[in-house]
Parts: sequence; C-alpha cells; structure tokens
Amino acid sequence: MLIWQRAVVGVCSLVALAGCAGPLSTLAPGGPSAGAIANLWWVMLAGAVAIFGLTTGLLGMAFLVRNGGPASVRLWIIGLGIAFPTTVLIVLLLYGLVIGERLQPVAAADVVEIEAIARQWHWRFRPVLADGRGQETIGVLHIPAGRPVDVIVRSEDVIHSFWVPALAGKMDAIPGKTNRLRLVAAQPGRYGGVCAEFCGIGHSGNRFLVIAHDPASWAGVLAAAS
Amino acid sequence: MHAIWDRGPGLRGALGTVNHSDVGRRFIITAFVFFCIGRVLAMLIRTQLATPGSAFVGPAIYNQLFTMHGSIMMFLFAIPMIEGLAFYMLPKLLGARDMAFPRLSAFGYWCYLFGGTILVLSLFFGVAPDSGWFMYTPLSSKPFTPGINADVWLIGVTFVEVSAMAAAIEIMVSVLKLRAPGLRIDRMPLFAWYLLVTALMMLIGFPPLILGSILLELERAFDWPFFDPNRGGDPLLWQHLFWLFGHPEVYIIFLPAAGVVSTVLPVMARTRIIGYGWIIAAILALAILSFGLWVHHMFTTGIPHMALGFFSAASALVAIPTGIQIFAWIGTIWAGRPELKLPMLHILGFFVVFIIGGLTGVMLAMVPFNWQAHDTAFVTAHLHYVLVGGFVFPMLAGAVYWLPHFTGRQPIERLGKAAFWLIFIGFNLTFLMMHMVGLLGQPRRIYSYPEAMGWTWYNLLASFGSFIMAFGFALFALDVALQIWLGRHTQRNPWRAGTLEWAMPLPAPSYNFASLPSVSDFEPVTDDPQLALKLACGEGFLGEPRHGWRETMGSHMLTGRPEYIVLLPGNTLLPLLTAVMTGGFFVSILAGVYALAPVFLVAVAICAWRWAWTTTNGKNFGLLDAGHELALPVHAEAPGSPGHWGSVFAIVADGTLFATLVFGYAYLWTIAGGWPPPALIAASPIGGIVALAVLAGASLAARKATAVRATLTERRRFLWMMTGAQVVALALLIHETATAIPPPSSHAYAATVMVLFVYAAFHVALALLLTGFALARIRAGFVSDQRTVDVRVAAMWHGYALAVTAVVLLATKVPAMLA
Repeated sequence: MLIWQRAVVGVCSLVALAGCAGPLSTLAPGGPSAGAIANLWWVMLAGAVAIFGLTTGLLGMAFLVRNGGPASVRLWIIGLGIAFPTTVLIVLLLYGLVIGERLQPVAAADVVEIEAIARQWHWRFRPVLADGRGQETIGVLHIPAGRPVDVIVRSEDVIHSFWVPALAGKMDAIPGKTNRLRLVAAQPGRYGGVCAEFCGIGHSGNRFLVIAHDPASWAGVLAAAS
Repeated sequence: MHAIWDRGPGLRGALGTVNHSDVGRRFIITAFVFFCIGRVLAMLIRTQLATPGSAFVGPAIYNQLFTMHGSIMMFLFAIPMIEGLAFYMLPKLLGARDMAFPRLSAFGYWCYLFGGTILVLSLFFGVAPDSGWFMYTPLSSKPFTPGINADVWLIGVTFVEVSAMAAAIEIMVSVLKLRAPGLRIDRMPLFAWYLLVTALMMLIGFPPLILGSILLELERAFDWPFFDPNRGGDPLLWQHLFWLFGHPEVYIIFLPAAGVVSTVLPVMARTRIIGYGWIIAAILALAILSFGLWVHHMFTTGIPHMALGFFSAASALVAIPTGIQIFAWIGTIWAGRPELKLPMLHILGFFVVFIIGGLTGVMLAMVPFNWQAHDTAFVTAHLHYVLVGGFVFPMLAGAVYWLPHFTGRQPIERLGKAAFWLIFIGFNLTFLMMHMVGLLGQPRRIYSYPEAMGWTWYNLLASFGSFIMAFGFALFALDVALQIWLGRHTQRNPWRAGTLEWAMPLPAPSYNFASLPSVSDFEPVTDDPQLALKLACGEGFLGEPRHGWRETMGSHMLTGRPEYIVLLPGNTLLPLLTAVMTGGFFVSILAGVYALAPVFLVAVAICAWRWAWTTTNGKNFGLLDAGHELALPVHAEAPGSPGHWGSVFAIVADGTLFATLVFGYAYLWTIAGGWPPPALIAASPIGGIVALAVLAGASLAARKATAVRATLTERRRFLWMMTGAQVVALALLIHETATAIPPPSSHAYAATVMVLFVYAAFHVALALLLTGFALARIRAGFVSDQRTVDVRVAAMWHGYALAVTAVVLLATKVPAMLA
C-alpha cells in the first residue's frame, strides 16, 4: 500500500474508532465545565462550517456567473460585510460570556481547595484542610468526584500552566501570583493532566495524573493526608 | 537619467547604492533566503514530531528549532518582505523616483542583514534562542537561561527592528509627501493606503517590543529586576509589552498582503474594486482595534473574567472590518469577468486559508474555548492559517503578478500552478491535522509524546504535508529562476493593469519615470494607455536632468498639489558605515564588553552628524523650473520638507516608547507584589525644578530661533541660549541619576526610575547635539531665511526633551514627596 493510502485508512479508522477520545482530549469531557466548553466548540464548528460554505460558495459562484453586473455596495459591504458578522458575533459573544461566567470559581459550601505548585519539572499537590495544609503528593492530584474543586495554582520558578483537559480549561502558574481554577469531575476515575505553558527542557514530560474519588475513598485520602 | 540614478560600478557601487529598487530587491531576496532557512527548521520540527518518542533531536536542540522558526518567520521574513515590497513598489505606484530617505532605506537593509545574520549564526554555534519566540520571563531571565541564547534574541531582533522603524518613518513620509502631481490622497492606489496604515502601526507597535527587549537585556546584563517577582517586578509585564507589540504585528503583516489582494484581484477580475472608501475605513478600524486586544494572548493568566470579556469582544470585532474587505473582494469578482490566471489562483488559496484562519480566530476569541485551546497545537494551526493565508498566499500572488516588473519576462504558468497546488495541499494537510491534534490535547512546543496519547497519525500526516509544502516552495523558486533565465520578453503591461507602476519600460529603469506623470484619477494607465510612452518622451514633470541631481516631486499631503522639488542624496557608503558602527554597539553588548558600547555609540553619532551634514548642499536656488510652466523651490527652501516630517514621525515612535515605559512604571506600581519599594528616590525636587525651568526658558528661545522673521544673528544667539540650558539640565539630571536613586538592582522601582532618568538625560543630550548641529550649520552658511530645517528640527527635539523631563520628574518626585 502506498504511504498516502495507509494514511487515509489510518485517519478513517482513527476517527471511526477513537473519535474524540484520548487521555488529554478536550472533546471527551469528564465534567460539566469541560462539557460546556466542548459544546461551545461543536456549536462554533457548525457555525464556522456554514459561514465557510457561504463565503467560498459566493466566491465560487462569482466565477460561474461572470459579469453579474455592477456590484451593490449595500449588499456586499453593508449587508454581508457588516450586518452579517455583527449579528453572529453578538450572539456568540453573549453565549461565550455566559459560559465563562458559569465556570468561575464562585464561593460554595462544598468546595474543596487544593494547592498545585509547579516547578521545573513536576507538579506538587496539597489539599487545604480545615486545620492547615495536608500532605503533599508529587505528580498525582487526588480530588473528590461530583464536588467542585478549586485548584490554587502557583509556581516556584518559571511560568507553567495547569491543565486537565477532561475537567476544565487551563490556568497559568505564574511566579509571584496565585491563580484559582474550578474543576469538576462528574464521575470517579483517572484523568490526564499536563503542563501547557512552555517551561524549558523538561516541558514535554511535565505531566501529572488526576484521580477522582467517590466519597468513601475521598474520606480515606483525606485521612491519609492530614 | 540612468547615469544619475543608477548604482556606481563594482563592489563600491554595490555597497554604496541607495536606489530604492536595489534596496527593495535586496530586502525581498534576503527575506526569501531567511524564509527558506525558517522552512528547513520547520521541516526538522515536523521530522521530530512525526513519530512518538522520536530520538531525532533532543529537547535542547528542538527548543532552539521552534524558537528560531518563529523568530525568523516573524522578524526576518514577514516584516522585511513587506519593507522590500514597499521600497520597490511604492515610488512606482505613486509616480515618484525614489523613497523619501534613500540612505535610510540602505541603512535599514544593512541593519536587517547584520541582525539577521547574528541570529542565524547562533544556530550554527548551538547557542540560538530557546525560550520560544515570545520569550516569556522568567524562563528567558538569567537564572533560567544563563547562556547567551536569550541575549542573541534580544540583541538580534532589536537590531533588525531598527530597520523596521526606519522603514515605517520612510513609508509614512513617502506616501504622504512624494506623490505624483495631482495624486489626491483619496485617489491613491489602495496598496499605498494599506502601507500608510501599516507604517503608522509599525511606528506605534514596535516601540513596546523594543522597550521590552531593552528592559529584559538590562535585567539579564545588570540584574535590574523588572520582571523578578521577588524584587517588585512582574513576569506579566513582559507579556503585556510583548503582546502590545505582538498583536498589532499580526495586522502589520496582514495589511500589506491585503493591499496586494486589493491591487491584484481587481486586475484579474477585469474591473475596479468596489467600496474604496469602505475599505480605507475598514483598515483604519483594524489598525485602531488591533491595539486594543493584546490581552487575548493572556486569557489564562488569571485576569478577571469581566476584563477578559472586554478583550474578547474587541477581538471578535476585528472580524467586521475583515469581513468588509473579504466581501468587497468577492463582490468585486462578481462584478467583473474573472480570469483564473496564476495570481488569481494564489488569491483563491488566500481566501480559503485565510477565511478558515479568521473563523478559528473568532473561536479563540471566545474566552471559555480559549481556556481549552490556548497553548495547544490548535493555536499553532490557527496562527499558521492566519499568517500563511493572510501573508504567504497574497505574497505569492504578488510575486507572480509583479515578477514581470522585476525581470521584464513573461510568466510561465504551468510550473507555477503545480507549485501552487503542492503548497496549498501540503499546507492544509499539515495544519488541519494540527487543529485536530490540538483539540486532542497536544500542547505547543513539546518535543516528544507517548504513543498512548492517540496523536500519532495526525502528527505523521502533518509532517507529510509539511514536506509536500516544501516541494511546492522549491518548485516556486525554480519557476522564478526559469522565468529570469528563460522567460520571453514581456510587453509593457502584461496584465492590462491601470496603476502607475506599469507606465514604465520593463524591467523597471533605475529612475522609474523619465518624467513624472500628472494624475487625476484612480487608474492613470487605463485612462491613457500611451502614458508610458509620453512619460518616456519627457512630456511630464521634471523631465530635464540638471546638475546631475536626483529630483522627484514633493506634493501636498491631501491634494497632491506640487509644493517643492525633492533633491535626493546619491550613492554613498555612509549607510553601510553607520550600520557597521550600530552593529559594533550591539555586538559589544552581546559579547558583554560593555565598555566598548559607548565608543560605538559615539561613532554612530559621528556618522549621523556626517549624514545630516551631507543631506543638502546649503545653497539657495530660489524657484526652479519643474516642467509645464511650474516653478518650485527645492525642498530645503520650503516648509514641511521630508526631513521635517521624518523628524515628526520619529518623535511619534520615540514618544510611544516613552509612553510604554511610563505604562510599565504605573503597571508595576499598581499590580506587582512587593510594592511600595523599600527606598524611594530622594524627595528634594530642587534640582528637577531648576532643570525644568531652564529647559522651559530655552523652549521660548527655541520659538524665537525658529521664528520666520528672525535674522541669522538672532537665530544663533537663541540657539546658544538653548545649548546653555541643555548643558545645565543635563548636568542636573546626571547628578540626580548618580546620587538620588537607590541601587537599580535592589528593586524594580529603582530600576524603572533609573531607566526613566536615563531616558530623559539621553533626550536632553540629543537635543544638545541637534542644537549644536544647527549652530554648526549656521556657521558654515548652510542656514538662510528660507533654509531653516536644521533649526526647526533642533527646536522640535528640544520641546520633546522638555516634555519627557517634565513627565519623568513628576512621575518620580511627586510620589517621593508624598511618601
């Protein structure tokens, strides 16, 4: 088989079998935050395909109609150039703003706080308990499933970025600054995490694991950490 | 005419030429060479990523590869290519014989060549920059990049940016002042409008980067902690400064390319563009908007969501002026009878690729989606769709369209079409895959990934596409070479276009037009197909050479009414010499031999003095015949000469740099941790008040020195008063710098205040130098009642020095007195 045939077969089977899955996929959400963003993506993709079809369709037709007569500034510039994108953008911006607001780490009774401290090249995690800080884990972040978790992101050297694609967007770890990111894992399970901001030689391997626990096993984790 | 305008013979001629066609061609060819180097790096990157766990290069080399790929494409390819096209094409489109400051173009080229060479050589020595092309601190700071790598980037890029600033000033003045008689600004070819707006954006967009580079180099070299959070600095200040430049940069790259589309597309559609005024409004809107959305590169840095919402909306709004242009272009094709020739094919490639890049751009402007996609391969793919779609494809269209102009040969269609399809298919294969793999979670800038991630096939296909693309570009280069060597001679206007660059014999002669046209409408060549012949026969303006002068017309900014005859300088080695001295300055900093840097700075000042001295020959000529019974003065005897405007725009750029510095100071004070600083500047304002008072008094003297009715004796007396005041103010500022400021390495406050004072002192010294220059010119008899530009420029910079000194003293002394 030629290499390109193999490639085509490969892509087809990949899309068919794996689809959007993968340890770091943003399109296989494991919680409501990542889910809302994945929905936003699919809506935007559909809209983008439609707009792309419209514009390239108009472009292609321009070659077919040939000399459609004097062009109307009103149609092309005011209608298609201004009114059309303005309408689409207003709707999209509102949609994006509402989702973004819903993902904010607002105060709630059952929020669990965990510190994530980045350095070249590993992540350390430490639950914030009622009586101080719990024990550190390196490279593994334990969280409860079904409860909002606020990750308090810090860095000890250069800029890193905390990212668990299945659970939420990313948040930079910046020296001298403390950031907060809300995660929610719908189900107990294991999720891949990775440093998203280039942080030097060890950037590629700067990954970590998130384990979401059911209430019983979370109680065990807390007991061990305190 | 040719003898007057052409370069001299031999090596000296080649090194000393200042002709815009020579310099423009050099920029274009050099930029293409750097593009090829950048492409090779891209292929090495794609080879490494083609398979999981690849052992082709290690992370140390890989980090250099992607940093250099980005830096080369942005700073050594895109911007210089624009400069080259502008230098070559603008005078021809505007009916002029050269740019406004030919020696400055040559100087810019040498700076670009030397700076670019430093960067590329560092690759061969294995010390290339490796912190990513946006050089985030503190990764690029001394503790985390102890080697010379980051210095190479900061010095090399700043050296290259000298040429961008020179080009910006030169393009502004040339478009505004050097147009053919009668060429009103609202009849100007759209390409000139695009370049005018681009140049204005460069003037305001590049200073934040230059300032950021200076600050980071100061931090690296002398431990001044602007970006160190432990001593009152903030790593995010670098990001603000970088993207304050970096986002406008995208439009600086896109707008000239859009200008090419607006020029080539109507010709290919055999009609005129629709919505001329709307397009100008759209590019002005783009220029303004582009300075208000840099924060969309920083959506994940923890800035409050509502603030992000503002920048999100601003980013999305950019789609509207872009939409106006896209639909104006499509509407133009509808209105015309389009021909699918090779330039049009590249324009169609531009449409497909750029529209996709625009759509993913709107997606990324949505804050929640950005939180997921930021720093992944999706963003890399998006930016390549925007930049390759919005720059490379239009440039390819422009290249095949204007190549007959450079070579005088007919295009060869078939090879070019194959090249197009290879580039188009290869590009889309590579970057569609990268969108997908980005959504599957592949971060940017990783050198290796495990098989289990499920990214393997996407990466392999992307790499495959990258090599297809490389074949396409090789074929394009071959096509160009074949056309140069084997192409048949073309007729004068092969595309039947209407703009002035086709009203000359091909390949273009060194002087462009034997006589200058009078322009009354958009498409002078369509209106008068015999125009080229008439101009060649000397029927236009300035058709009679005299005294071996290089003459072109200076006209009113808006109406194009002729105002003066511009006498342009001839070939000289001075630009090369000045660039070598500038290079000496930069290399001595790079090598850490700081004692040598001031020596080279003085050498640059001496070259600049000589340069300004030889600009005009100092005689009064009165009114001269310009043809068609028009009598005009030479530019030196008229108000508003190119030199005057060049100085104005230089102050605009310099003022932007200063404003960014004050922004940085205010930003650190309000945002960074570790403030207020442990020690402030000595509160006593007396020295500052005296310095301000004498400078303010001297600015009254400056007004009198430049008064229309002043005699030479009066001018000299007032200039002497200015120098006295400048010396006093300079001494006071230096005293303040040496005694009142805490050690700069102690805290970001002290470092910033030190930079503010050095900036003020530097500008007082500059004003002193220019005032001294004006005095020397009077003494030599080069200033007369009509020829006062030297005095006016000195007065202008004196006013600027006064203004910055006032701001610096207010911003530093008032908080110290309140504390």
